[in-house]
Amino acid sequence: MTCSVVTANRLDDGAVVYLAPEGRWTGCLDAALVARDDATEPLMAMAERAVADRLVVTPYLIAVEDGPKGRLASHIKERIRATGPTVRLDLGKQAGQTGSTEARYVSL
Amino acid sequence: MPLVKDDALIQDNWTRLDDDAAMIDGPVVVSLERWLNERDVLASRNGALGVVLTSHETPEQIAGDLDRFSLVCLEFPKFTDGRAYSHARKLRERFGFKGELRAVGNVLRDQFLFMQRCGFDAFEVAEGTALEDWLRATTEISVAYQSAADRRATAMAQRQDACSTS
Amino acid sequence: MYRYDEFDHTLVAERVTQFRDQVRRRVAGELTEDEFKPLRLMNGLYLQLHAYMLRVAVPYGVLSAHQMRRLAHIARVYDKGYGHFTTRQNIQYNWPRLEEVPDLLEELAEVEMHAIQTSGNCIRNVTADQFAGVAADEIDDPRVYAEIIRQWSTLHPEFSFLPRKFKIAITGAPNDRAAVKVHDIGLRMVRNEADEPGFEVIVGGGQGRTPMIGHVVRGFLPVPDLLTYLDAVLRVYNQLGRRDNLCKARIKILVHETGVDEFTRLVEEEFAAMSRESPQVLPGGELARIRAYFQPPAYRDLREAAPTLDLALATDRAFAQWHAASVSAHKQPGYAIVTISLKPIGGIPGDASAEEMEAVADLAERFSFSEIRVTHEQNLVLPDVAKENLHAVWQGLKAAGLATPNVGLVTDIIACPGLDYCNLANARSIPIAQEISERFADLDRQHDIGELKVKISGCINACGHHHVGHIGILGVDKKGIEHYQITLGGDATETAALGDIVGPAFSGEKVTDAVDTIVAVYLEQRRDGERFLETYRRVGLAPFKEKLYASR
Repeated sequence: MTCSVVTANRLDDGAVVYLAPEGRWTGCLDAALVARDDATEPLMAMAERAVADRLVVTPYLIAVEDGPKGRLASHIKERIRATGPTVRLDLGKQAGQTGSTEARYVSL
Repeated sequence: MPLVKDDALIQDNWTRLDDDAAMIDGPVVVSLERWLNERDVLASRNGALGVVLTSHETPEQIAGDLDRFSLVCLEFPKFTDGRAYSHARKLRERFGFKGELRAVGNVLRDQFLFMQRCGFDAFEVAEGTALEDWLRATTEISVAYQSAADRRATAMAQRQDACSTS
Repeated sequence: MYRYDEFDHTLVAERVTQFRDQVRRRVAGELTEDEFKPLRLMNGLYLQLHAYMLRVAVPYGVLSAHQMRRLAHIARVYDKGYGHFTTRQNIQYNWPRLEEVPDLLEELAEVEMHAIQTSGNCIRNVTADQFAGVAADEIDDPRVYAEIIRQWSTLHPEFSFLPRKFKIAITGAPNDRAAVKVHDIGLRMVRNEADEPGFEVIVGGGQGRTPMIGHVVRGFLPVPDLLTYLDAVLRVYNQLGRRDNLCKARIKILVHETGVDEFTRLVEEEFAAMSRESPQVLPGGELARIRAYFQPPAYRDLREAAPTLDLALATDRAFAQWHAASVSAHKQPGYAIVTISLKPIGGIPGDASAEEMEAVADLAERFSFSEIRVTHEQNLVLPDVAKENLHAVWQGLKAAGLATPNVGLVTDIIACPGLDYCNLANARSIPIAQEISERFADLDRQHDIGELKVKISGCINACGHHHVGHIGILGVDKKGIEHYQITLGGDATETAALGDIVGPAFSGEKVTDAVDTIVAVYLEQRRDGERFLETYRRVGLAPFKEKLYASR
């Protein structure tokens, strides 16, 4: 089974957001609305309405997986979008959370 | 579709004639292909004649016939295809075309000034276009750094004038 | 440096107003994203992974201390306290809000700066030798012509919707510090038999997916014909450049597919026609007007030897190490050019905090006639420092954490933002740079290795110039895992060359080891006094390849 969520960037500040229930948008991947298999059409329709309402820009589907530490985007690019620059842990969504600040290449 | 011309929004009185459409009276615009295929018929009819060039057709293809046309339309298939800017300048500056040079296709006000500077003097715009927005677009940038078909005085020329008169 | 007159001020102010209106229309729903995107790109505004990114032009890399202070202010007020200096001598802000960008641009306009044409399929910010005007080896000052080209290219009505982006670089010296052979147009100042200055015109170089070294289409172009000739090249490209395939749209592909001789003929034919119908001959008065802005500052009458400097060099080893890496010859006796490394060990190449920008502005005001340069290697330059002040400059840099003595060495790495920020990237660049930097942190080892240019790009667009790195590293995506392809022997200078691919790509964890192996092979193979590039050219790929893939 594949799980997908809809992501986009907010029009006003470009921040990464995910489509949540009732057409809301959230910055938190865990709070996103998940479509199982290919039941993605209603989600994209909802997202296109938000484009028309000028809330978000260029929505698209991403694959996600549920793991022991919560939900994770499948692709590395989406994992970086979901957290922030891996070289500036003080910036992006990860800011304020505790974590390693070691400047080392770690594969994601 | 409406036209912006001479600072006014006007109705187009030209008929765009498809390649297989029967000939009619009055001013008509034909494709380059139809002109090349039927030039004798088209040249001998009464009524003004115009031609439309797509962005991959060049001014050189009509350079020898320009006195036949009172209208040349250059098509922007999308506004990001900028070939017609060069074609317009060549029609005006190289081949001396004095008739109406009309921008057709994906013609938006954000490119209005560029088009005008390259020699276009008529613009086919979407239904419901607000004229005042278009007119504002021509005055948004008053400085020209480079010479073009509109022969506006460039900043460089004005600086030289200021030097020589002071 | 150049100062805006009323025309320049008016144009930039009008462009800000125009962009403010475009943003308003976007937010009000009068423009769709598809319509707005080319407009915002033409004003340097991208939408990247985490936020909008604004690229601000630093024309030909020249900045005043006053402008640098404004850049710091913008970093604090509109961004998150820092900026990123790029390989095109620009600065990028990573976190601006859409509706604040017009205000940001207004603040830039106040200090005679803008973001015009820092993106989009138009003529981009012209780049130049970062030592322009102060280099000992210069034929003529390229800044004069770079400024003329800046103005000519700004809102060019005919060339704002080209098949693809268009980059022009200019150098005034035979030693090419502007990489003119890998630009759409490269201009190199030369003199003809009558000793008049002019340009050698090189067209069709470039990096990206299909890297190519440019071809000389005109051996000597007289100065007055510069703009007409550029118009002719651009017109040929605008009409004939491919628009059917984004990957084949750059002028290098047109030159390649048309053939250099035929392309040159088309340009010369267009140039002859334009010279008749719409010449833009550079008037001597305008040249003199612009040249006047680039007159040398009020240098003191100094002797070339500086005893206080010699004493400091003899007694302070750390200073001497920094001096060896960072100081270049100046044409004025008693003066030197200082390159400030933005590559601290383990840091992010090209990033500077607001505080660091202000520290550099302070030092420029005190010691370098308030002038600063940005280099395409993502460093900064104080172009006019009296030798007797070098020690004080070094102390100032040290206090600001900006005295890393690694310019030109293995840790002076070029890296694009990569997948940490960029929407186009396939892999991260910065963490690779950081790890290599830490591995080679030992200064004695770096000096022993000598000049070695490592350049890293996170995708085939090659913003990190990997094709012309002595060691080039290109990030690729292999089934969702970051991998890195390594090239050797690239060179961006007057002896330009594209690197050779060593073999299969390495995983992220293995890249630093691979670089270590490459350096070890070089040290083993090198003869007395040979730089890495010289050794590589002599021994070729084989010994490197053998060691790199020995255990596979």
